[in-house]
Amino acid sequence: MTENLLEVAGLTRRFAAVEALKAVDFVVAAGEVHALIGPNGAGKTTFIHHLSGALLPDAGQIRFAGRDVTRLSMHERVRAGMARSYQITNVFLGLAALDNVALAVQGRPDAGSSFRFWRPVRREARLFDEAREFLAQVGLAAQAATLAGNLSHGEQRALELAMALATKPQLLLLDEPMAGTGPEESARMVELIEHLARHVTILLVEHDMDAVFRLADRISVLEGGELICTGTPDEVRNDAGVRRAYLGDHL
Amino acid sequence: MAFYRPASWQKPFAAVTLLAALALPQCLEFIDQSYYLGLATRMLIFALAASSLNLVLGFGGMVSLGHAAFLGIGAYVAAICHQAGIQQGLLVLPLAMVVAGLFALLVGAISLRTRGVYFIMITLAFAQMVYYLFVSASAWGGDDGLPIYERLQLGSFSLVGDAALYYTALGALAFAMFLFGRLADARFGRTVQAIRENETRMEALGYPVFRYRLVCFALGGACAGLAGALLANQSGLASPSLLQWTQSGTLLVMVIIGGVGYLYGGVVGAIVLLGLEELLLSWFAHWHIVLGLLLLGIVLFAPKGVAALFGRSRD
Repeated sequence: MTENLLEVAGLTRRFAAVEALKAVDFVVAAGEVHALIGPNGAGKTTFIHHLSGALLPDAGQIRFAGRDVTRLSMHERVRAGMARSYQITNVFLGLAALDNVALAVQGRPDAGSSFRFWRPVRREARLFDEAREFLAQVGLAAQAATLAGNLSHGEQRALELAMALATKPQLLLLDEPMAGTGPEESARMVELIEHLARHVTILLVEHDMDAVFRLADRISVLEGGELICTGTPDEVRNDAGVRRAYLGDHL
Repeated sequence: MAFYRPASWQKPFAAVTLLAALALPQCLEFIDQSYYLGLATRMLIFALAASSLNLVLGFGGMVSLGHAAFLGIGAYVAAICHQAGIQQGLLVLPLAMVVAGLFALLVGAISLRTRGVYFIMITLAFAQMVYYLFVSASAWGGDDGLPIYERLQLGSFSLVGDAALYYTALGALAFAMFLFGRLADARFGRTVQAIRENETRMEALGYPVFRYRLVCFALGGACAGLAGALLANQSGLASPSLLQWTQSGTLLVMVIIGGVGYLYGGVVGAIVLLGLEELLLSWFAHWHIVLGLLLLGIVLFAPKGVAALFGRSRD
């Protein structure tokens, strides 16, 4: 296996009396698709929020690409190469799909500063050319001019992904990309993620077990704020602790 | 929401209006109504002040209730310079912008860490602090304000004549509007508008949101400072009342009735509000009541502001 892209050590977070994360140790290797699963309320979203920088931990460390990012703000982590998509679609509904992605391209450090006050953006062909490429990658090339608000739910999920991709991440945090999509859209999304996985390391949080077992190289299971198991899909499928967590089987 | 897009007729219309505004002093003189030149100058200056707030509020999405502080600081910079014998406008006007802008940077750096009602309250608190500072500063006139006995020189031109001051205000406004129009379309404008809509998403795209907000806020403060310096020169006084929170409220009302987030919202709002005041003042003893009712009507029938009535400036 290659080196680790993301290393989480002893990540702990408590909300009042609730210990949402209990000293979680977690590793994502470069190049893999790593799925994070767990029953509702297991702390998956809290965990993702800590990775993306929306929340800061009480204790523990997060290292990304060999660098301590535990205390970095959200935008600094994005600039370090971690991008995320949201569980609830979070795009600019009043903007065309292309403008959404162009904003993401514009935010990248290598696209230059956004403290430019004079030149109209629409004359910056490079931004839009690149945005078109990302739209094409997620299969939205034909919808470039459509307002994001007029896209179907599945298309909005794909747009969300295109925006995350446009930040050129090394690690893509996908928070339930299949949430609320129909079977057909789900299938397309699985294909899309399979395709993306060739270029970028992916941490996938997902409830759709078919998708998880098809996509993931390794799976980690979170339950009650504890990481109870990490392994290949087969190992996880046969793990007694995981079965207990999911089936509530205490016998 | 979408990014600001001017209606197709907006540019030609603005150009024609500018030409008409250039001819206004001669026209007023011709019909022997030069008294109104003062009103027109006030309108231009307040248009500049309201537009600077519109940049912060309409484009940046920051509801500031302390904008008068920057207006007042600009006025006091002009008056204090006058007191010190500095009459050169090419020095004083930029200085007013710099001082007001720096103060806005300070206020913004602290208050932009809060959101919503807290932001409103903390900007208000800062403005009141400045107000009480100047009220109690007897060296600068205290309660009475600091008079300006002679208007600025601009290069070798004196602004003593009303027409000269009018043209200066017109030039400042035209320059600011041109700048804001460019800015709204450029990267910076798109960035702050997108932040206004969804700051978390922008953070997640790697934008240092705070920095963009802060620069937008400071830019608005600097332009308000310029308006303040001009205003003090027109009225011949930098008065603490310019700093009072009701002044911030007046600017907010101008932006709201003019059209929040429309490039010319502040200009339209300032002209409508000052125009109505002038009209009603001469017709009614209790003109405040009538003005209130009219404003209520505008808000009811043009909830997005008067500028929104004329075509779709935003798609």
